[in-house]
Amino acid sequence: MTDSPAISVLDREGLDALVKTLTTEGRTVVGPTVRDGAVVLSELASADQLPFGWGTRVEAGHYRLIPREDGAAFAHTSGPQSWKTFLHPQREKLWSADRGADGQLSLTAEQPEQPSYAFLGVRPCDLRAIAIQDRVLTGGHYQDSGYRERRSGAFLIAAECTEPGATCFCVSMGGGPAADNGFDLALTEVVDEAGHRFLVRVGSEAGAEVLSHVPRCQADVETQTAARRAVDAARDRMGRAMPPVSLRTLMGQSLEADRWDDVADRCLTCGNCTMVCPTCFCTTTEEVTDLTGDHAERWQRWDSCFDLDFSYLHGGPVRSSPRSRYRQWLTHKLSTWYDQFDSSGCVGCGRCVTWCPVGIDITEEASALHDELEARLRLQEQAEQQERTEKVQ
Amino acid sequence: MNDVPLPYRVTQVRDETADTVSLALTPAGPTSLAPFAPGQFAMVYAFGVGEIPVSVSRIDRRELVHTVRSVGAVSAALCALRPGAHVGLRGPFGTGWELDRATGQDMLVVAGGIGLAPLRPLVFDALAAPRAYGRMNLLIGARTPHDVLYSQQVHAWTAAHGPLHCGVTVDRPAPGRLGHVGVVTTLLNGARFEPRNTTAFICGPEVMIRATARDLLQRGLPAHRIRVSLERNMRCATGHCGHCQLGGVLMCRDGPVIGWDRAESLLSVREL
Ligand code: SF4
Ligand code: SF4
Repeated sequence: MTDSPAISVLDREGLDALVKTLTTEGRTVVGPTVRDGAVVLSELASADQLPFGWGTRVEAGHYRLIPREDGAAFAHTSGPQSWKTFLHPQREKLWSADRGADGQLSLTAEQPEQPSYAFLGVRPCDLRAIAIQDRVLTGGHYQDSGYRERRSGAFLIAAECTEPGATCFCVSMGGGPAADNGFDLALTEVVDEAGHRFLVRVGSEAGAEVLSHVPRCQADVETQTAARRAVDAARDRMGRAMPPVSLRTLMGQSLEADRWDDVADRCLTCGNCTMVCPTCFCTTTEEVTDLTGDHAERWQRWDSCFDLDFSYLHGGPVRSSPRSRYRQWLTHKLSTWYDQFDSSGCVGCGRCVTWCPVGIDITEEASALHDELEARLRLQEQAEQQERTEKVQ
Repeated sequence: MNDVPLPYRVTQVRDETADTVSLALTPAGPTSLAPFAPGQFAMVYAFGVGEIPVSVSRIDRRELVHTVRSVGAVSAALCALRPGAHVGLRGPFGTGWELDRATGQDMLVVAGGIGLAPLRPLVFDALAAPRAYGRMNLLIGARTPHDVLYSQQVHAWTAAHGPLHCGVTVDRPAPGRLGHVGVVTTLLNGARFEPRNTTAFICGPEVMIRATARDLLQRGLPAHRIRVSLERNMRCATGHCGHCQLGGVLMCRDGPVIGWDRAESLLSVREL
């Protein structure tokens, strides 16, 4: 590894200078901070608000903050929110309608000025999740204009992972703890005898421009090596893994599996998994009228495929059983997403596992479906073999 | 979602059956939506209530007709509109029937109940150029004789000895009315078509679509020549709300008209 002018090192003050530079440019800086016993995403005025000295312990259905002696800021795993809270907000006004005295309608698009965001501490899995939502909301024939504006104006500062959580499985989803592209700047936190510092790589012209205003040093070999080692080690410390098969094919062959009944017995159909998932994009619409009755507003808000109304078609829901709703969620994530948007809908961030109140684990469900399918195929093969031998006899 | 609906004025309201109304709509201002093709749909907005997808049942240059059955809050509000009222319209959305696919072939149009609405502009187009197709059949099923849409028009089609063979069947006959009783597939034997050289267009309740498509497959129609129009819950029609999924199909984008080669496996899984 050689020294490269594109790679520099910031200390804690440098990180704060980065936040201040972005704020001065008129950006709304959003990053992780500790609140109510969790690491949440919130507007930051200073880098001091980052969760220095906090880590997380996660398991299926379990999340807890734990203090860290090393004072690291990015040693926590995904919290209950993701960046979609800002790019694809929970509620958004679409248009308003006014009815004149003669019954005439006038319809006005809602075109508010969108904030210019800077996201600090975007995990590599979340970079991939943002790229997935980009494809869904702006990659097709129609574009979600609000999303497009917020997204195109957003400045992304990645934070590579050195402390994967017990529910993380990005590696088995084809990702990993390293940030390869899709960022303006990428940080790797290093804490050792030489001090607490952040290796910074530049990923775009905008990133280079912003960084030029920030006091920094050229990266030394030791810091670069330590950073690479920590990220490489994280790759081998994933808490979970998906079965190493084509999940797309597995789901396609498992639509009538018995396992759906098993998971349906445990699932509360609360929809938490869809709310915390960084790629879940589904929305519904609401009509809001004022007291005069001549002014109406059309709002969009997050929806969940676990909601009974989600599939309502005159007379009743298409997917009424919990079995069919869990199946919809899992097969969409891992299989039909490819048909619709040319990629998987899961990046392996582990949020749905951590935040499921009953600890349902997407990797465990996929493995069980895989085992069931294998068993079924074995039986089929045995039956065919028997038929062949009977014919010979 | 981005496009705001365009205001359209209701120029005519026609009661089709006890619960179904046809609304003729023209643009309220100088701009109109892009032209619709038979089988495509619009999102129709009832002020203060909401939006629903409705197929076009007649396309006449700037005028569009939408046939709406009152089954929910929005459709009830639309059915209650009087001439002069305004609605909002977005579209055109989705795939059309693609009548071209039937060029040089026999044509089989099978409608169940309100399913005749999206098929009507297809029949009009085919009748406008009858020489492009072989024999044309329109088979209509309805609950009772009172539930047959566009009854005058259908009556004229059944009575005429033109290029179109039109048959009607009902589940329950009405007293004093003659006619065929039974499910719509019972009309297939009387239709005139060569299965290996036929394109079929089907719309109606899912059970009816399934039964008809299976019957046609057995008679030798290739699955990809059976075109069906399906329905799912829909909020945005622009591929972003996720509601209209049927497996890998996003109904607003890949449908509502799809080939039976794609639909068959999807419709055979319960609650997909
Ligand atoms: S499905 Fe679960 S693990 Fe995959 S991206 Fe969504 S929340 Fe993360
Ligand atoms: S899997 Fe868990 S989080 Fe998702 S709906 Fe079921 S109980 Fe809720």
